[in-house]
Amino acid sequence: MSNRIVELEILRYNPETDEEPKFQTFSVPCAEDWVVLDAINYIKDELDRTLSYRWSCHMAVCGSCGMMINGEPMLSCKSFLRDLPDRIRVEPLTNFPIERDLVVVMDDFMDKLDSVKPFLIPREEKTVDEGEFLQTPAQLSKFKQYTLCINCTLCYAACPQYAHNEGFVGPAALALAHRYNLDSRDVGRSARADVVASNAGIWECSFVGACSEVCPHGVDPAAAIQQTKIASSVDYFRDMLIPGRRS
Amino acid sequence: MAVSNKPIIWLLFAAGGTFAAFVTPVLIFITGLALPSGLLPAEALAYDRVLAVAQTQIGKLVLFAVVFLPVWHAAHRLRITAHDFGIRADAFVKYICYGLAATATVISAIALFSI
Repeated sequence: MSNRIVELEILRYNPETDEEPKFQTFSVPCAEDWVVLDAINYIKDELDRTLSYRWSCHMAVCGSCGMMINGEPMLSCKSFLRDLPDRIRVEPLTNFPIERDLVVVMDDFMDKLDSVKPFLIPREEKTVDEGEFLQTPAQLSKFKQYTLCINCTLCYAACPQYAHNEGFVGPAALALAHRYNLDSRDVGRSARADVVASNAGIWECSFVGACSEVCPHGVDPAAAIQQTKIASSVDYFRDMLIPGRRS
Repeated sequence: MAVSNKPIIWLLFAAGGTFAAFVTPVLIFITGLALPSGLLPAEALAYDRVLAVAQTQIGKLVLFAVVFLPVWHAAHRLRITAHDFGIRADAFVKYICYGLAATATVISAIALFSI
């Protein structure tokens, strides 16, 4: 282990005893190849067992360890200490209520994710015996990028529109809606439109693009939302001009 | 939630943005740089030639697009920028921005029609 000592300023909050969150600083001896999550795990194991935070896979797959690291929303398992200064400020993801220490309340995001019906709505249900819904590689490539979302909600912490307006459906949920709308096996676009194409949906986005910058998997929710704006605009005028198209 | 009627403004905004990005710079180059620097002959945009263009239906349409599309783009962008700067009087901002754009649209249409 190298002898680099990193000072971690961690925002602590215990809802049972604290009026408001406050910073606590820990000195952590770090190895060269550590990420911020390793340093936090060291604190939990060696310095303060009461520290609460979420993590699971330690390899940027599960999406649970998102935190504000020096003010930027990042996965703590993907943030190498060698890229960071000796004093690192770690806070829970912004734009979410704090549950305890670095754990945030995800209910709002979960409700919004649910509201866009992020699942396949096929033209007709098939039994297992009837076989698969076939898809060509070209059809897959249209939406594959948007399947890479791990629901880490870094994009919600980065989004200035979500910060202004809690009602905004938000980047990840809208990108996932777009993912299913683009799927050749899916016919759920009009069923999703009530939420996706509402004022609180895509139209609340002003294309700042911060969501795409912080996304750890390069999903590019900003592009998904702009593409949905075009598709929804076409739908809007078709519905207006072609009678009986939308019931 | 109901489907929003924002596509009306947004399509004007998107079309205006595309137009302003691809066509407006070319027009600025021709009128602002190529002509004054002598890259194009001075008579290329002589008054009677431009007038002849503006008197055709296609010419009127193109000139109308040059004016009204970027104006709607600017109006919507200013409205959003106001929001981003923390101005929350959106109803007021909206009427000012879109009102100016609508006025500019009507004026340019009348001006072109009367040529």
